[in-house]
Amino acid sequence: MNQAVLATNPSNLPSRFERPGILSLFLTLITVWFVAYSFQGAGISLSELATGFPEMISLLSQMLPPDTSRLPRIGWSLLETFQMALVGTVIGIIVSFPLAALASRATSPHPVVYQLARAIVSLFRTVPDLVWALFFVATVGLGPFAGTLTLAVDTIGFCGRFFAEGMEEVEKGPREALTALGASRTGIFFSFIVPASLPSFITSSLFSLEKAVRSSVVLGLVGAGGIGIELKVAMDMFRYSEAAMIILCIFALVILVERVSSRARKKLLE
Amino acid sequence: MSAVASMQSPTSSPEPTQKSTPIIIDGLRKSFGPNVILTDVTLSVTAGSAVALVGSNGSGKSTLLRCLVRLIEPDSGSISLLGDDVLSLNRAALKRLRSRVGFVFQKHNLVPRLSALTNVLHGAQGKVPSPRVWFQGLAPQHLRERALACLNEVGLADFASRPVDRLSGGQSQRVAIARALMQEPEIILADEPVASLDPEAGEQIMELLARLARDNGISLIFSTHHLEHAIEYSERVIGLRKGVLELDKPNTELTTSDLRSFYEPSRVSNESE
Repeated sequence: MNQAVLATNPSNLPSRFERPGILSLFLTLITVWFVAYSFQGAGISLSELATGFPEMISLLSQMLPPDTSRLPRIGWSLLETFQMALVGTVIGIIVSFPLAALASRATSPHPVVYQLARAIVSLFRTVPDLVWALFFVATVGLGPFAGTLTLAVDTIGFCGRFFAEGMEEVEKGPREALTALGASRTGIFFSFIVPASLPSFITSSLFSLEKAVRSSVVLGLVGAGGIGIELKVAMDMFRYSEAAMIILCIFALVILVERVSSRARKKLLE
Repeated sequence: MSAVASMQSPTSSPEPTQKSTPIIIDGLRKSFGPNVILTDVTLSVTAGSAVALVGSNGSGKSTLLRCLVRLIEPDSGSISLLGDDVLSLNRAALKRLRSRVGFVFQKHNLVPRLSALTNVLHGAQGKVPSPRVWFQGLAPQHLRERALACLNEVGLADFASRPVDRLSGGQSQRVAIARALMQEPEIILADEPVASLDPEAGEQIMELLARLARDNGISLIFSTHHLEHAIEYSERVIGLRKGVLELDKPNTELTTSDLRSFYEPSRVSNESE
């Protein structure tokens, strides 16, 4: 063995595990206690699960076989749902783009503008979509327009954040090179920041569409259009086999959108 | 040792003018907090000449080059570039000046995903402030043709439509040089342009830079750790040690062993005396 290695004092080896500080030990214990306490608060009950299990089996048996008689009607509702998701996502992406430019440290013209744009994006992201749906149903009325607005706002919250982060993560070098040759801030934004952030834009946009399709299903439950209302009516009227057909159609739509989105992402990022 | 006072290359005229001496630096200082990077650097460069900057890491080479076009703001001193008092220029005038100075970086700093032609076209952004120079598909035909001619100059006309991510390090650096040529520069500043390349590619890039500068009458300042390059591709070598200009001599009076002292941290050099 190398002499230098042999000459090393073994007591200089760092200990295998760091001894936690008093504060971190205290915080860990608090966290563990709170998680355990939350199980109680969440009403977890194995006996109720056991009691409800035969009911689940019964409900599932009533769902089978799925009722195909209303398939055309379900198909149209599904198309409306997808259209809501698509248009909501497109509007959201269009609005997100300039908002993200203002909410990104790399491109924002002023710290105040940056903080303001960040705050708007955070507001749109943190308020749940069902809350937005209730707000839009109350303001623009029942129907797909309320759902579309909800999905647009939800997309702004999602894409606004990830577009901004994508812009911040680009390399610094090309910006310096373009600055050095006399390019304007606008020129640098469109000729460097945008193309360099494109993979992040594409990924965020496609995830956003997938997310919007999933969200659009539940928006109908509060009257914001789409297939959710059909599902609610079927369940309320105890038409479980029809509900099963709706659930299968939703499942097919979500899977289809995810597959197409995944393919498109690979193709566009090649 | 004190910084070297205004050094003229052997061919320069006694009274420098904008045309004969496009770069005049006087008493340039720059610190980052307590770290002094440049101390009273004074030098001038004659038109069309090639000057090498040598010095170990942290000696202030990159800072000096960046200060020339105010990518880094100097603390004090004066810089005259192509007749402009650089430190007093407003934003618009600084952009105009920058459009006349090519800057080649250690890493090529090209825009990923875009084609070589579009990256070269970006070189026109300083002089043509139009969205049409952001992408080659939008650009006027004469600018597209000029960008292709610049790529041809660096031997990459056949790679015009290739995304720059798919080029080798040497090819990418050639595209960066073509981008600088697109500016039709009167000065090229090159900050260790071959540092990230293998020796063969590095040799080719230095040859290309020196030839293009010579053929087009462009003043060239390049920093390098390759002492052979410093002597072979320049007419004059400037040595920096801890931000102080300690050497300024014609390459014909130097050998690589003269320059090695700049890479020995503790030794005090008397080169400029």
